Amino acid sequence: MPKILFMSHAGEEHSIEAKVGDSLMEAAVKNSIAGIDADCGGACACATCHVYIDSSYSALTGTPDDMEQSMLDFADEVQPTSRLSCQIPITEEMEGIVVRLPESQ
Amino acid sequence: MSDATVLIVGAGQAAAQTATSLRQGGFEGKITILGEEPSPPYQRPPLSKAYLKGELEQERLYFKNAEWYESQNIDVLTNITISSVDADSMSATTQSGKIFNFDHLVFATGSRNRTLPMEGAQLENVFGLRNLVDVDALRPHVGPDKNLVIIGAGYIGLETAAVAQTLGTHVTVLELADRVLARVTSPIISAFYEDLHRRYGVNIKTRCSTSSINGKDGKADSVTLASGETLPCDALLIGIGILPNIEVAAEAGIKCEDGILVDEAGRTNIPHIYAAGDCAKRFILPYGRLGRLESVHNAIEQGKQVAAAIMGKPAPKLDCPWFWSDQYNIKLQIAGLSTDYDNFVIRGDSDNEKFAVFYFKDDILIAADAINSAPEFMTAKRLITAKAKVPPEWLADSDRSLKDIAAQFK
Repeated sequence: MPKILFMSHAGEEHSIEAKVGDSLMEAAVKNSIAGIDADCGGACACATCHVYIDSSYSALTGTPDDMEQSMLDFADEVQPTSRLSCQIPITEEMEGIVVRLPESQ
Repeated sequence: MSDATVLIVGAGQAAAQTATSLRQGGFEGKITILGEEPSPPYQRPPLSKAYLKGELEQERLYFKNAEWYESQNIDVLTNITISSVDADSMSATTQSGKIFNFDHLVFATGSRNRTLPMEGAQLENVFGLRNLVDVDALRPHVGPDKNLVIIGAGYIGLETAAVAQTLGTHVTVLELADRVLARVTSPIISAFYEDLHRRYGVNIKTRCSTSSINGKDGKADSVTLASGETLPCDALLIGIGILPNIEVAAEAGIKCEDGILVDEAGRTNIPHIYAAGDCAKRFILPYGRLGRLESVHNAIEQGKQVAAAIMGKPAPKLDCPWFWSDQYNIKLQIAGLSTDYDNFVIRGDSDNEKFAVFYFKDDILIAADAINSAPEFMTAKRLITAKAKVPPEWLADSDRSLKDIAAQFK
């Protein structure tokens, strides 16, 4: 059960214990993290689970595939560290990872 | 406010969203969700996709676990049917006579499958696909050497056909109209999906009416068509649309019209009574008309609206309606409603299974169907919401950047 820290744009912190195998989005929704709506339930169809993950963690989270990248290209407030949290499966190694939310979410 | 009781009738996506948004918004009163099904709120879209295919465990369908509801002090009561609501005494009564009092009541009663008025439609291997129980019942009838006949070529019928065919089932889809998805999209997209399914081996018959479902020992074993042809089947799926569950609301004196009528904040004509999701008929941005939407986005958007209205907060910003469908390796993303378009253009190439159709009415972009084309979908959503008079030839020109087009209409 790795611990994951969600941080709102305003700096509000929310630490949760996530289940390995769930996606980062599922962990957020199950813990009611405000700002992660995940309208499509993880089908990579809506970009309502947009988050920022610092590049220091990218070895753990991988990089977006084509579909995810093309959704991100047109999302609001995109940064180089943008990801769709539904496309990131949680692993044991992600203990302590910090996930930041865009301002509009 | 803090000791107010919110009663949510129904336990689907809209119900879960309303409860979640109330707690996220700081609502401290009592929240009770009453569901007819045995399960707490879960996601329906995967039922005809990953869940039917066996790629998604049941546990992952649930929005929240029991500990979460407990920690949030939200009561979820299952296997409960509300049979009447009394707006004057502000109480709801279950089928077994139990009474729930409320300060605010939310109808999130969803919809039910339209039934086929035909002898044989009640046989035990004739299924609908709407809830977990339906899919669990259908699944043993899907697989190699089994014949599945699907009546209705809407999204449910076609998504199920795609999964069943992939799992080795012999699938036949029967459609009364002259094309698949006739109610929801243009002939171009219909033709694309007919061709797609046929290439995978699905037998699609349009302009096809069923004259009888034939059974033996309580089970359907064949279907006879109006043409006289008889198709053997091991199971039958009926996917001919849904009906909103509005009867209890209508009997309570709430205005209904193919849906429980609500205003822009999710309120019915009776104070403290709201509706959200499939059962509600609402104001649709950007068209400025009322309509009933059957989608996840609608359930979420309306759940948020209702929660805001209950808390006396301003209604959240509306988005244009959107939908999606996964079939085989094709992702269809739909922005807006194309119903009454008078012009369209195509961007991309349907032979590559990567293209989008943009629909216009009176020169305004009103909808888009994007096949494996996320940028087109995301751009269309913005332009539709902005009621953009975007020149069709711009969108048809694949060399013209979508970002540049979108920037013109900020």
